[in-house]
Amino acid sequence: MFGFGILSGLLIVPLVGAAFILTLRGDDASVRSNACWTALITTIATFLLSLVAWARFDPSSPAFQLIENHRWLTETIRFKLGVDGFSLPFVLLTTFLMPFCILASWESIEHRIKEYMVAFLVLETTMIGVFVALDLVLFYLFFEAGLIPMFLIIGVWGGKRRIYASFKFFLYTLLGSVLMLLAIIAMYWNAGTTDIVALLQHKFATNLQTWLWLAFFASFAVKMPMWPVHTWLPDAHVEAPTAGSVILAGILLKMGGYGFIRFSLPMFPDASTYFAPLIYALSIVAIIYTSLVALMQEDIKKLIAYSSVAHMGFVTMGLFTMTPQGIQGAMFTMVSHGLVSGALFLCVGVIYDRMHTREIAAYGGLVNRMPLYALAMMIFTMANVGLPGTSGFVGEFLSLVGAFRANPTVAFFATTGVILSAGYALWLYSRVIYGRLEKPTLQNIADLNVREIVILAPLAVLVIYYGVKPGPILDAFAGPTDALIQGYQAAMSLTKTAALPLH
Amino acid sequence: MNPIVTAPAFGPALPEIILAVGVLMLILFGSFRGERSAALVTIGSLALLFVAFVAVLLLPTSRTVTMGGSFIVDGFAKYMKLLVLLGSAATIALSTDYLRREGIDRFEYPILILLSTIGSMMMVSANDLIGLYLGVELQSLASYVIASFHRDNLRSTEAGLKYFVLGALSSGMLLYGASLVYGFTGTVAFPGIATALHGPVETGVVLGLVFVAAGVAFKMAAVPFHMWTPDVYEGSPTPVTAFFSSALKVSAIAMAVRVFMGAFPNILAQWQQIIIFIAIASMLLGSFAAIGQRNIKRLMAYSSIGNVGYALIGLAAGTPEGIQGVIVYMAIYLAMTLGGFACILAMRRRNVMFENIDDLSGLARTHPVLAFCFAAMLFSLAGIPPLAGFFSKFYVFVAAIQAGLVTLAVIGVVTSVVGAYYYVRIVKIMYFDEPQAAFEPMPAGVQVVLAVTTFIIVVFFIVPAPLVGTAAAAAKSLF
Repeated sequence: MFGFGILSGLLIVPLVGAAFILTLRGDDASVRSNACWTALITTIATFLLSLVAWARFDPSSPAFQLIENHRWLTETIRFKLGVDGFSLPFVLLTTFLMPFCILASWESIEHRIKEYMVAFLVLETTMIGVFVALDLVLFYLFFEAGLIPMFLIIGVWGGKRRIYASFKFFLYTLLGSVLMLLAIIAMYWNAGTTDIVALLQHKFATNLQTWLWLAFFASFAVKMPMWPVHTWLPDAHVEAPTAGSVILAGILLKMGGYGFIRFSLPMFPDASTYFAPLIYALSIVAIIYTSLVALMQEDIKKLIAYSSVAHMGFVTMGLFTMTPQGIQGAMFTMVSHGLVSGALFLCVGVIYDRMHTREIAAYGGLVNRMPLYALAMMIFTMANVGLPGTSGFVGEFLSLVGAFRANPTVAFFATTGVILSAGYALWLYSRVIYGRLEKPTLQNIADLNVREIVILAPLAVLVIYYGVKPGPILDAFAGPTDALIQGYQAAMSLTKTAALPLH
Repeated sequence: MNPIVTAPAFGPALPEIILAVGVLMLILFGSFRGERSAALVTIGSLALLFVAFVAVLLLPTSRTVTMGGSFIVDGFAKYMKLLVLLGSAATIALSTDYLRREGIDRFEYPILILLSTIGSMMMVSANDLIGLYLGVELQSLASYVIASFHRDNLRSTEAGLKYFVLGALSSGMLLYGASLVYGFTGTVAFPGIATALHGPVETGVVLGLVFVAAGVAFKMAAVPFHMWTPDVYEGSPTPVTAFFSSALKVSAIAMAVRVFMGAFPNILAQWQQIIIFIAIASMLLGSFAAIGQRNIKRLMAYSSIGNVGYALIGLAAGTPEGIQGVIVYMAIYLAMTLGGFACILAMRRRNVMFENIDDLSGLARTHPVLAFCFAAMLFSLAGIPPLAGFFSKFYVFVAAIQAGLVTLAVIGVVTSVVGAYYYVRIVKIMYFDEPQAAFEPMPAGVQVVLAVTTFIIVVFFIVPAPLVGTAAAAAKSLF
């Protein structure tokens, strides 16, 4: 209709649901149930729509597909949408996780449920928008717009230090992003367009690349988050409600990695080569240092938050190896981490709803009363460690293979992170689940109810399925990865030839 | 057909003439009817503003000079006059209920607003230094009076007096600078000055330029000539503050564009550094000084100082893109600031106005719609997409990067993050804190202004082309 296709539909459906929820009137109980059901139906409808998009998508082609193109700000800054093998998996991940977030909030959100659901649906639109935008200004618009609902979600429905956490989240990410805005404008004047497809073909001068790369880095490093600008993440994670943490870990962190692979690597190849050692160094620090920090945490959510930073270290390392294994491994790690960390936060939410504390010391011996919970938690803990047979293994292994090809020293240090992650994750598991059930408060704790099983079971199945059969996702990444590396090598040889006469 | 209307010399000034004649008739009507005529005069002035709006729309877009070269109408003038008229009409809509409750609903109020509006429109259309000064004085004298319109209120009279004393000083500086420029170039007409100034510049001209810039900066409330702003904004009756920060601000920025682009385009290098300094200083002060403010009108005063800084980034670029940025910025700023003041005017409990930002706490639960509108204004002022405020900043930064003013742009975006802190802090108070007693229902005029401005701010990003495209055309008319 009017030339708007399925991707616009993905953006509009959550907004329609949000608008509908806003019109709900009546007594509290009925508004509450209607708001929850509307949000659930909307997110499921969006997920089904994204499956249709997936069915129409041809994974063998590295080109952008399902393209929509409309006049927007000017003739050159357009409303352009499209997906390729890098972005479609993230769109699916977003739409897949959203219904679980809604289900997880069903009972745990006690007040202002209407506004909560509206904020989540608006957030979904902005997240999908980030991954489907094919115009830099449009990308930036969605990238930033997500701050508003997330700020409100943390600030209104968060924990004790929610206000501090929400401001830190908001201002940190805003400061990172505004420099990217200037870089986008500079690219506009240099290339005469903000069309991502056209910019992928444009060759920026090496000197300009350095500055543009740094500006984009400022934004993506904060979003990722990379050490040392990761400090907003533990605060935001701890204070956010369960579903907010799931979205933060599952989707928002992936925007940084997506930005690196969509913009930094293909558009600024010279600068990416130049800064690769910096990225390696920061990644290794992130992997080792934040793993050590995670070991010492007393708050379950904080521990998982630090482990997220460590896993994102694998992602940045893998991306900048510029090898097919490293890039595919990094992308796979992001998808897998989206499922696993999301599931872990949901698991934390389960016991938090019962006990209203996230202190590790408050638990112990849960396996005696909650066998199903212990099983689910074990699957996700193992996936977080990277046990073969879970999705966590595939991504980490490929990233390390890529890193070994590019720089064995980097791979050596990064591998220690695998050991450390086993340390903190298994120790957490043993402290919470095993041991004797001594605490009197835990004597009557109930095992998973039907709603919680419905939430956790599909995630567990997917985590194991993609651990055994990673092919479908890797195939989607393969086409654009090859195209990216070819373009990169062409740019490198061009730079070398250009540099020859100087020597 | 009225012979005056068809006379070629008066045609381009028709909107101003309509307003001036109408104002005189309203004064007569008011004096004969006495104090009870306030409501009718208000309706009459809104009708006059509407007629003037239509008259401006019907003006030719091509460049027309009249009145011996001192009055110019072009695309830029039309655009800015429409904004000024909208700002004045919205001010009157915001004022009626407020004035009635404060017991100051006299018929002089809309008349003074109209006089100030005429002055603003003359500033926008000035094509020589005399015309400029006439416009400035008409606008300023009327606004000194409305600042102290609540004459039994200590703060209001103090605001008026402060505004008058400092305003007179700045008018003096403007006049002194104008006389120097006249002395060294031998003409008061902007095109004449532009042609006289090329090649190496004499020190006297630069001195005159600095004085003119100081006078203009005062009218814009730009640092370092901003000291009057917080006191005057805080002390004046709230709708008057809305008028100062909307219509008057638009006309002052338009005057700056007119003077610098009209009279001094050939010595860009001389005034560019002045504008860059003023822009940086305004953005820094506007964002940092606002952090400590608890009074929301004072906070909006610092916010307006900061916003002038962003608008001046476009002027500093001195390119068609830059002027387009200024126009888009002022159009969106007008909507944001009017919406913001509509929200402030809604802060009334038991017939007492509240002005502290803590009085807004928990507004999201007592008045969800009002809180949503105010939050949209604040996020927009902070420049968060997809709200309109993002695009206003986007266009000035586009111009700055194109003109190579990268440092200025970087300072601009960093201060916008600092500014985001205090805007978002109000959102925090409204959404995160515990609710207080509810406010009284909003008067109709406030509701209309708030609904229209919120609509513009929120859906601007869906169809930005009309505003942006016409702004581009208007900017081209200056080159």
